[in-house]
Amino acid sequence: MRRLSFAEAIRECLFQEMERDPSVIVYGIGVPDFKGIFGTTVGLGEKFGPQRCFDTPLSEDIMTGFALGAALKGLRPVHIHIRTDFLLLAMNQLVNMISCHNYMTGGHTPVPIVIRAIIGRGWGQGAQHSKSLFNYFTHIPGLKVVAPATPRDGKGLLAAAIRDNNPVVFLEHRWLHWIEDDVPEESYETPIGVAQTLREGSDLTIVATSWMVIEAVHAAKILAGVGINVEVIDPRTLAPMDMAPIIASVKKTGRLLIADYDWLNSGLSAEIAADVGVACFGRLKQPIERVGFAPTPCPTVRTLENHFYPNAETIVRMAEKMLQRAPMDLSGVDFFSHERRFRGPL
Amino acid sequence: MANTHNERLKRLIYQTLLIRRIEERVIELYPSDKIQSPVHLSIGQEPVAVGLCEPMTARDVLFTTYRGHAYYVAKGGKLPELMAELYGRKGGVSGGKAGSMHLAAPEVGMMGSSAVVASTIPHAVGAALAAKVRGDKQAIITIFGDGAIEEGVYHESLNFASLHKLPVLFVCENNALAVHTPLRERQAFDIVTHAKAYNINTTVIEDGNDLIKIADTSAKLLESLRSGGGPEWLMIKTYRYKEHVGPGDDFDSGYRSRAEMEKWLATDPLYRWADLVKEMEADVKSEIDRAVAFAEASPAPGLADLLTDVE
Repeated sequence: MRRLSFAEAIRECLFQEMERDPSVIVYGIGVPDFKGIFGTTVGLGEKFGPQRCFDTPLSEDIMTGFALGAALKGLRPVHIHIRTDFLLLAMNQLVNMISCHNYMTGGHTPVPIVIRAIIGRGWGQGAQHSKSLFNYFTHIPGLKVVAPATPRDGKGLLAAAIRDNNPVVFLEHRWLHWIEDDVPEESYETPIGVAQTLREGSDLTIVATSWMVIEAVHAAKILAGVGINVEVIDPRTLAPMDMAPIIASVKKTGRLLIADYDWLNSGLSAEIAADVGVACFGRLKQPIERVGFAPTPCPTVRTLENHFYPNAETIVRMAEKMLQRAPMDLSGVDFFSHERRFRGPL
Repeated sequence: MANTHNERLKRLIYQTLLIRRIEERVIELYPSDKIQSPVHLSIGQEPVAVGLCEPMTARDVLFTTYRGHAYYVAKGGKLPELMAELYGRKGGVSGGKAGSMHLAAPEVGMMGSSAVVASTIPHAVGAALAAKVRGDKQAIITIFGDGAIEEGVYHESLNFASLHKLPVLFVCENNALAVHTPLRERQAFDIVTHAKAYNINTTVIEDGNDLIKIADTSAKLLESLRSGGGPEWLMIKTYRYKEHVGPGDDFDSGYRSRAEMEKWLATDPLYRWADLVKEMEADVKSEIDRAVAFAEASPAPGLADLLTDVE
């Protein structure tokens, strides 16, 4: 099978969906420019024309409400934000209008909208260019929230999101765009609301979100070297969360570590822990643990970023603690290979 | 006397009267707590809705505000479903999930109304792009008050609609009040000059009681949109007789005087054509009675209804 990067997989999906369905439109700040949102929208404007793929003024508020009006008149808008932080300018439309429109009208008016936004760490992106905000969106009834971590899932979940009759927030970590994977050429859907077990194990269950999936798989490989067998589950969809495989796994391992790419306080990780606490009470061998961002705004300088963000090492150390193992020597391990791609702002 | 009035005027008066009497029935019912949500009455402003909607077909779509009863009726929404919605019953147009503030009847082109000021303006701009992309010859109308003009999204919407020459009619229902604050205490700019800055044609109607003038202007502007013209902007001055929210008067509260309202009463079409109104009262009353009876008989929604239509 062909290998594609996550960015190429997303781009291929957009081409296929716009070809398949003339009601799909794609827009956002910088969408048709030469950089094309990490390359994911390059060529769409040329192929489908300025009525179906267009740039916008710096007006997140109207352009989000615009999606609702366009959806009510039969289009399937995909609105893209190069930083999820900019979505805060659109929260009135997302939370007060889009999420509840179908409900308020007694189910008469589905609103098929996809909001794509880039999350996460880059190169000194600081406090306003790096947020995840998972729980901002998962908290709201009526919004589906998707965060794929592999190129194959990126392509399939984006197709599913575009074809879904509900608003879907589609969150992609910027570093994922360079990850490569086998990706089928034909169009396909990866179902929304279905988790995936990436690695089976009997000692510890790790539930990881977005970029932390990559880190968790890395950590699992390191832990396997010292005989610790970790099960890694990627929920893929954050709302609605597919709890069944998580609960089944924790019943098997008796231990749960949640590696969330977000702040822990009042976050998605607390929600997963609460559900597992109810479903697995009595089966847990020890308390549920979580790793996530430090409880601070995101700092800019790399030395502080390294303390702020969790990674495979954080996961390894927490796993050792949970399994009462002495800390292993990690001095030769390369934990930041993706970060080194950055030689300037991207 | 009555036979000297033409049929068109009669239809406009009938609609205006119907809306006024529905809302007066709401006032009458309000102390009973049968109406299950806050109400923002349009009494005084009905001719604006009636005139604007006269030339619209169900294909033309309209987005409005929480002061939306008049638009729901004028756009062709059904009365029993309106009353049942106000009662919070299953038979309501949205099964009790909308109440007074979120009325929508998509089948007649009444797309929605919002309790957050200015928030439906972008919806109209998006719908206008959809009409253009799909090649539909239809007009999109957005209604908002003078308060909405102070919100950033209003500016963003005028800019985008003008930039892309979208078929949307922006209508400012200017009653010079935002809740209890007069316009002069809120705006440092002139509304019309500001709108012109976006390269959008502007039209102003000083007398929001002039049904024929409003209807003729609306017809002309909608025709321009349907035939491929870019956005149009219309301001109609009008007056809210009742308090911002609720069934009462508030002329003793200090922010405005009764004399202000009395100037508008002088051109109020329901007083001006009192002879016509008198002839129509019985029909209007029986229409409203039927709607109220429907609402009274409709069951309350239950737990299963709570959980449906989230997705």
